[in-house]
Amino acid sequence: MRRGGGHRLPVCPKCSLSIISRENQEDTMIKKMAETIGVGLLVLSGTAQAAFQWNLPTPVTRIASEIYDLHLIMMVIILAVFVAVFGVMFYSIYAHRRSVGHKAAHFHENTTVEIVWTIIPLIILVGMAWPATSTLLALKDASSADLTIKATGYQWKWGYDYLKGEGEGISFLSNLATPQEQITGSAPKGEHYLLEVDNQLVVPVNKKIRILATANDVIHSWMVPAFGVKQDAIPGFVRDTWFRAEKEGVYRGQCAELCGKDHGFMPIVVEVVSPEKYTAWVDEQKKKMNAAADDPNKKWNLVELKARGEKVYAANCVSCHQAGGQGVKGAFPALDGSKLANGPRGRHIEIVLNGKQGTAMAPFGKLLSDTDIAAVITHERNAWSNKTGDVIQPSEIKSARK
Amino acid sequence: MSAVIDTGHAHDGHEHHPSGIMRWITTTNHKDIGTLYLWFSFTMLLVGGMLALGVRLELFKPGLQFWHPEFFNQLTSMHGLIMVFGAIMPAFVGFANWQVPMMIGAPDMAFARLNNWSFWLLPIAATLLIVSFFVPGGAVAAGWTIYAPLSTQMGPGMDLGIFALHIMGASSIMGSINIVTTILNMRAPGMTLMKMPLFVWTWLITAYLLIAVMPVLAGSITMLLTDRHFGTSFFNAAGGGDPVLFQHIFWFFGHPEVYIMILPGFGIISQVIPAFARKPLFGYSSMVYATASIAILSFMVWAHHMFTVGMPVAGMLFFMYATVLIAVPTGVKVFNWLATMWRGSMTFETPMLFAVGFIFVFTMGGFTGLILAIAPVDIQLQDTYYVVAHFHYVLVAGSLFSLFAGFYFWVPKWTGRMYDEKLGKWHFWLSMILFNVTFFPMHFLGLAGMPRRIPDYALQFAEFNEIASIGAFGFGLSQLLFLWIILKVTVLGRGEKAGPRPWEGADTLEWTHLPSPAPYHSFHEQPVVK
Repeated sequence: MRRGGGHRLPVCPKCSLSIISRENQEDTMIKKMAETIGVGLLVLSGTAQAAFQWNLPTPVTRIASEIYDLHLIMMVIILAVFVAVFGVMFYSIYAHRRSVGHKAAHFHENTTVEIVWTIIPLIILVGMAWPATSTLLALKDASSADLTIKATGYQWKWGYDYLKGEGEGISFLSNLATPQEQITGSAPKGEHYLLEVDNQLVVPVNKKIRILATANDVIHSWMVPAFGVKQDAIPGFVRDTWFRAEKEGVYRGQCAELCGKDHGFMPIVVEVVSPEKYTAWVDEQKKKMNAAADDPNKKWNLVELKARGEKVYAANCVSCHQAGGQGVKGAFPALDGSKLANGPRGRHIEIVLNGKQGTAMAPFGKLLSDTDIAAVITHERNAWSNKTGDVIQPSEIKSARK
Repeated sequence: MSAVIDTGHAHDGHEHHPSGIMRWITTTNHKDIGTLYLWFSFTMLLVGGMLALGVRLELFKPGLQFWHPEFFNQLTSMHGLIMVFGAIMPAFVGFANWQVPMMIGAPDMAFARLNNWSFWLLPIAATLLIVSFFVPGGAVAAGWTIYAPLSTQMGPGMDLGIFALHIMGASSIMGSINIVTTILNMRAPGMTLMKMPLFVWTWLITAYLLIAVMPVLAGSITMLLTDRHFGTSFFNAAGGGDPVLFQHIFWFFGHPEVYIMILPGFGIISQVIPAFARKPLFGYSSMVYATASIAILSFMVWAHHMFTVGMPVAGMLFFMYATVLIAVPTGVKVFNWLATMWRGSMTFETPMLFAVGFIFVFTMGGFTGLILAIAPVDIQLQDTYYVVAHFHYVLVAGSLFSLFAGFYFWVPKWTGRMYDEKLGKWHFWLSMILFNVTFFPMHFLGLAGMPRRIPDYALQFAEFNEIASIGAFGFGLSQLLFLWIILKVTVLGRGEKAGPRPWEGADTLEWTHLPSPAPYHSFHEQPVVK
């Protein structure tokens, strides 16, 4: 619904002219009323412009459309019951009032009626649950998938590994792409505010995609409403779900299980493309991955490592330890001037690799390459007021992993 | 039965008790303790409400304007904990304290000193919860459901929260034992179980539920505590545990807990409707059976809170069908209330308004519950605002409105004065309308896919959130009107004098055998019920 012409009343110009020319009080009143209504309509059309979404999103998988229909059928039944039951209640409120002189009857039991209103709802309820059963069976059947992708929930991003099928071996992290300025309000919010990522999941259309959901730290949940998919990602366990998208396009969802501070900031974006486009994407990814692989024997210098480390820090560390390394008092420790970042490097490497039990500090060893970890530690030990001058080589991380 | 003997020392109209603050600290009188419970829960309602307004303030517009995300999580979590354990549950215990002895013709609760202890544990627990905001890392921020392993990550605020829950659990268990003992042993001669007022029945069943599930909660949070501090791995996969185990144990407590918060409400409504329809409750025995069925079924449906964890399909089917079954006894209750109203001679004073409003809005919550019970649909709606809308329809429009109805209904008996009817009606209409303005749009937000517990949201959710926030502030402010109504009729003692039976259709013992206000010691001679 775009902006309607509601603010201007469909008044014939001749008539309105004649109204004005007469200029008696009554007409001025009419005019004022018309203006008020016009303004009212303008407000209404203004809000109608906004995205009021009243129902589930348009489904693009068979499961999602079955769910859509199930919900619709249930709503119809429920509304019918609602109207019947409250029709009776409001009639009674209207007719059986003392103020209209109604005298109270004295009945208080009727076994037949009791049995009837136990049995009928039972039938209706089973009638509602029955069609849901077949949908549920289909929804839980993740067998014979064309493509298997592992989705790993991290605090607070998603990681994707293409495990089986075309594109096997592709692996990347998917971070929120909305800039901080938009969130704090110092920049205008974009169209896909909070629902945009740096690397989106790409899958081919009309193929059965099996998602293996797991997590690295706490429970997350992988949700894409248009697919009718929501699967909790549980640390230490792998649970599966699946979808077969029938329409190309970009579909957006969010983490659906409270997972700490940035729970609201780890969206899921899935791009469904044609098979040809998908093949092209796979090739491109493979090339990129080969190019990105670092020579393990390369000796890095401080400047190179710091530059790379700053980027790694911005993608992984900044949401807790903050841009200035000052942390958040009482919740996330500071790195700037901290004992850890200025003390022995072995301890620093160990914490970054293995995380800290019982805190939000994740074991980044599972998440980042040796070079990235070496870079980010080098950055942390030489940024802000930290001036250790330490240069951590990837080889050092490699040996620390053992 | 020491309490029975004690009443032998009481003389008509003489009130033997210390005055000032010591009266309240040392009291063993069920009416005093009931009053304490009610004031405590109302205070918690206001505190929890303020936290909720903090949440709605942040969600008024997209973007982060007021709170850090971690503080926002503390607001939602503490709002839930305080409302469930601090406001709704103690409020019903307050009603039980005031009403159960008077309705069964008993002089007091069975264990009068235990009663005092059950209450005074609560302010201690509440203090712990409030203090937890000020410890490093802040208060509980893992949701009121404190799912592991997120809750094992939290700071000392979580330990304070766990300790507070333990204390409140102990308080609930003691209170329940007291209520069960009182109801089973201290009824007036002639009052058989099937002659008890329905409010007493619902509390008897609720008390059994509490005794059954509070230890389960205590177990789960103790396991959490040892996971946090003593190296156990109940909920940690790396040590051989399972995070989902926590959810199973929590919801085995949590689902009966839902009924703990609504069954006494059903009881209140079952007293109010007949009184204002001037007609006996329709289907008394089926009401009792329906209540019992709901309680029993409540132990078999817990995993419908967990349809998205990835259960075997057989498990999902079982929990789906079992959950749907609960609608049957619940429906029976609604139909019985309607049949009670049918061909009555109704008047609509504030208690009746809230009772009818309760039926109307609670049923909507029941319907959305039904939709959520259907597992495939729940996959779409789980952890979205649809769930938030659903449980506020049953907990605010359900439990809270029934508490309002009960307050207006019984306050003449408690104080001997009538509340301000005009303001009461304002309170009803404001609450009813603004409640719906707040929570109805949340259904649409959930359908559109807005997750729960997020401090900021995509632009497509902006309009409904704005409406909900406006409604929430209105609803919150309307409760200040309620505060004024309470103060007026209690502390200030203003309002018309009430006769012993201000509601002509009310026929339980407190109305027929006791003056208003009910004397400090009532029924030292038990009435005989025919």
